[in-house]
Amino acid sequence: MAANNEQHIQEIRALIKKHKIWDKVFAIVGLLAMLVGVTTLIVLFANLAIDGAPRLLSWDFYTSFPSRRASSAGILSAWVGTTLVMLVTAISAVPIGVAAGIYLEEYAPKNWMTAIIEINVTNLAGVPSIVYGLLALGLFVYQFGLGQSILAAGLTLALLILPVVIVATREAIRSIPQAIREAAYAVGSTRWQVVHDHVLPYSTGGILTGVIIGLSRAIGETAPIITIGALTFIAFLPDSPFKGEFPYISFDWIMAPFTVMPIQMFSWTSRPEEEFQFNAAAAGLVLLGMTLLMNALAIYLRYRIRRNIKW
Amino acid sequence: MVELAETPALNHVKDAEGIVVKPKAEVQDLSFYYGAFQALKNINMPIADKRVTALIGPSGCGKSTFLRCFNRMHDLYPGNHYQGKIVLQPDNTNILGSKVDPIEVRMRISMVFQKPNPFPKSIYENVAYGLRVRGSRSKRALDDKVEEALRGAALWDEVKHRLNDLAFNLSGGQQQRLCIARALATDPEIMLFDEPTSALDPIATASIEELISELKSKVTILIVTHNMQQAARVSDFTAFMYIGELIEFGVTNNLFVTPAKKQTEDYITGRFG
Repeated sequence: MAANNEQHIQEIRALIKKHKIWDKVFAIVGLLAMLVGVTTLIVLFANLAIDGAPRLLSWDFYTSFPSRRASSAGILSAWVGTTLVMLVTAISAVPIGVAAGIYLEEYAPKNWMTAIIEINVTNLAGVPSIVYGLLALGLFVYQFGLGQSILAAGLTLALLILPVVIVATREAIRSIPQAIREAAYAVGSTRWQVVHDHVLPYSTGGILTGVIIGLSRAIGETAPIITIGALTFIAFLPDSPFKGEFPYISFDWIMAPFTVMPIQMFSWTSRPEEEFQFNAAAAGLVLLGMTLLMNALAIYLRYRIRRNIKW
Repeated sequence: MVELAETPALNHVKDAEGIVVKPKAEVQDLSFYYGAFQALKNINMPIADKRVTALIGPSGCGKSTFLRCFNRMHDLYPGNHYQGKIVLQPDNTNILGSKVDPIEVRMRISMVFQKPNPFPKSIYENVAYGLRVRGSRSKRALDDKVEEALRGAALWDEVKHRLNDLAFNLSGGQQQRLCIARALATDPEIMLFDEPTSALDPIATASIEELISELKSKVTILIVTHNMQQAARVSDFTAFMYIGELIEFGVTNNLFVTPAKKQTEDYITGRFG
């Protein structure tokens, strides 16, 4: 009996040992996979940093217009252009995307029509960005006569991120428990009161995350902006939105020609002189910094808003 | 075979002391369908004014479905439809009528759910929400109403110093009393309770039951419970339901001591369910 028991335990141990081999194998494979990803990123970043550091650390780089001489060329018109285009993109994509998401989740009847719309919205997120560029060239630039302006570019990128905003809004709304909606309806709320007092405030964190993910995608887009005809060499700034005299603000800037960071980078990388490559590297770092900043903001806002909400 | 319930007299319900109670609502030939599935079959019964009526029966018998007809909760989901009437007194309104706005019904009849479902807002805002929906803006009026409702729900002393705390920081039993305060703040004519203690421990359950007994002086109460002892403790009238039908309705004490129907007796003696 005792020997039998001993044998049984030995068998179990042998079995466990055999099974644990796969634990070790996967741990190694996983580690390698992770290292490939992280190392590539670090090398890429280090490469950019080494090339771009001298320009990145010089104040002139941010306050100078592009120039024929690499050492005096800067990204002033590019970062101002990117900021303004992003502003137009956010202002147009957020209300439309959030409204569409709320409509689909809270108002639209659930039938085959909305099912088709739902599938199509998801598919739109995967349409190559250059296709949006072509659409925008025909629609915004020629049909609406907006020309090669900040407005045209902002609207183009807004179209591009609209599906992302809609999908994020719907997901955020869907995570609100039905019991909360029922509680609100049970005290006599209308649909709009439920949306305004509950659905929107409780999903703001998720919606903001979606918006910022969308904007992070838009900020690096080059193809659609080139398609609508953005210039690569801009040696002036758009008209200031703030004025000294009444009415103190002006919207002339939205019709101004512009360039954006990725186009500025692209233009520098296609130059034969090596110094321009350093400028491109520095501009790349700035763009990366802008994206990281936006993501950090998204994480912070989500943390702040969701702190009070547990379900 | 399920025997058809005898239609209880709608206009004169006698309570345990033999006092005739006028009905707050009369359910007339009510059937309810989830799509093609008939969940309620031809229900007739009165809801006595300022009394507690309990709905009992095994899981899936339709008692929650029945309760949710009273505030038209089923209207939130597609494919549901009602047949028959629930006539609310004294104005003789059929609250299931297609011309009656479900929002109007919910303004008059409030509900407490199975699991506490406070909003992720402050204690104060949870109670005040129903009043805000009704357009109440005056800070003083809101303060008074919130205090009154919280006192009514026996929660005031525990939360009066932290009205701006999040409702989620309360215990389960406190959250459920907060939900009762929320449902009470709007002066409802009927309060619906859908198994309000099933997610609570025995001590919290006792306090909710005590509360329900106190509330009936002010408001008509309809409570769904799977717990027969609870029905016996808190209710004046009890309705036993089985597979979508009303099997028996009567004064609680009579129904538990001398049930008229075999099925009722089998259920309350624990032979099934």
